[in-house]
Amino acid sequence: MSEADGLVRLRQPIGVTYNWSAGPNATSHLAGLMNGKFVGKRCPSCALVYFPPRNGVCPKCAKILAGDVEVGPKGTITTFCIVNVPFLGQKIKLPYVAAQILLDGADISMQHLIQECEAEDVRIGMRVEPVWKDKSEWGPSLENIQHFRPTGEPDRVMGSESGAS
Amino acid sequence: MAELCAVVGVGQTKHAACRADVSIAGLVREAVDRALADANITIADVDAIVIGKAPDSLEGVAMPELWLADALAAHGKPVFRVHTAGSVGGSTAIVAAQHVMAGIHGTVLTIGFEKQSDGNAMWALSVPIPFGMPVHAGAGGYFSPIVRGYIGRSGAPKHIGAMVAVKDRTNACKNPYAHLHEPDWTLEKALETPMLWDPIRFIETCPSSDGAMALVLMSEERADKHAGRKAWVHATAMRSEPTAFAGREQVSPVAGEMCAADLWRKAGIKNPAEEIDVVEMYVPFAWFEPMWLENLGFAPRNEGWRWVEDGITEMGGSLPINPSGGVLSSNPIGASGMLRFGEAAMQVMGKAGEHQIDGAKKAVGHAYGGGSQFFAMWLVSSTKP
Ligand SMILES: [Zn+2]
Repeated sequence: MSEADGLVRLRQPIGVTYNWSAGPNATSHLAGLMNGKFVGKRCPSCALVYFPPRNGVCPKCAKILAGDVEVGPKGTITTFCIVNVPFLGQKIKLPYVAAQILLDGADISMQHLIQECEAEDVRIGMRVEPVWKDKSEWGPSLENIQHFRPTGEPDRVMGSESGAS
Repeated sequence: MAELCAVVGVGQTKHAACRADVSIAGLVREAVDRALADANITIADVDAIVIGKAPDSLEGVAMPELWLADALAAHGKPVFRVHTAGSVGGSTAIVAAQHVMAGIHGTVLTIGFEKQSDGNAMWALSVPIPFGMPVHAGAGGYFSPIVRGYIGRSGAPKHIGAMVAVKDRTNACKNPYAHLHEPDWTLEKALETPMLWDPIRFIETCPSSDGAMALVLMSEERADKHAGRKAWVHATAMRSEPTAFAGREQVSPVAGEMCAADLWRKAGIKNPAEEIDVVEMYVPFAWFEPMWLENLGFAPRNEGWRWVEDGITEMGGSLPINPSGGVLSSNPIGASGMLRFGEAAMQVMGKAGEHQIDGAKKAVGHAYGGGSQFFAMWLVSSTKP
């Protein structure tokens, strides 16, 4: 607890549990995950589909998102990162790929884990599908999906932009 | 019509991985005392205090402005706190300057600080949330796919990031306050460092630092009567955008482009690359130097990396970037933006010591934060607008 110079440093762990009110828009998304479905929301103004509909609002139009839209379950990798950094609480073997995945029918990508292939074989445009955990482990979370894996379908041609959004 | 505002004092701590020798309050006071001494005033001369730091979870202290009031000698004075993630040091300086420009206060003290060693920023940036998988492993994993996007669209060769990193680490050796003093880097050695968040290498990542930066700002009326060198604030700009929206341009966020365009317009700058003498740019991952060169309107689209390769951004180049060593050499997150703003001021005040760019008259400080969603900039000059 003290440094070489004799000054005290205390170690004080902090643990916090919060309640988070999802609201009606995000609730349909989270409830979908508990039923093994990817439920997004469509903007009534620009018609783009948000998955996840995180704030219940289209960030571009500031309109409240309207109808539920089921997206996926397959998707396409838009960009990715090969993670080689060990950190506290990390349960995945290194190196692994954290990819931005654009689910079919969605207009915004989300980040998830890619497994069942070598990191060096992952590429932009690669088609992937979810591998769900056992139902007994499901909760209102994207962690219900163990990871995504390649489908073996031909790659999709992505735009020249990162598409990381 | 806004009043003029000048920086009359700049003070920073020695930045280090762990400043176990001081508390957060002690760290803040170290920067404040240096800024007041540099301005040749005392805390009694200060009318108001504006502070900023990164999210409280990064250091495990909620509302530090409450318990730091004594260390800041804030008794009987207004204290404001600003909060815009990594850009906070920049936006805090802007809020402080606006207090002066609005004619509300004549002398304002502003501070940005962070004691990363007291907390765990990596953890704080990787907590599980219901809408995402905690797989990106900190900020590097967030920005790495964006860097991959830039490399793909611009055709930049893979060594550009390492070139930026070697430049900044070499520059930092001229800055006594910089966290990292590593004089022996070469491009070859840099390219041998491991890929942490492929395509981001170890050398291309910022350190985790403890540190603080403080500035003393004065109105024109006070500054004119004040002896000493000044940095006149010609323009400030801030823009923001949502972290995630469909079709978002992540490599060159629109808010960053708007922020820079607003700054150039307000300061009457027609050709930034020609008219600006030195830039302190927020580059926590090396690849952001070419990306921001383009985003801010210095270099044409997809050409930023060529400027790096041609040495334009080196201290001896036509547009030196981060002679202080930048965020890549010191990253006390809550202070990093103000370090950019303060270092820009030091350049036009002629107070940058060994990392001074000779004859610098116009300098830009730049900061960004969150998922590239908050942008803050200012342009300072040795002469009045
Ligand atoms: Zn919309």
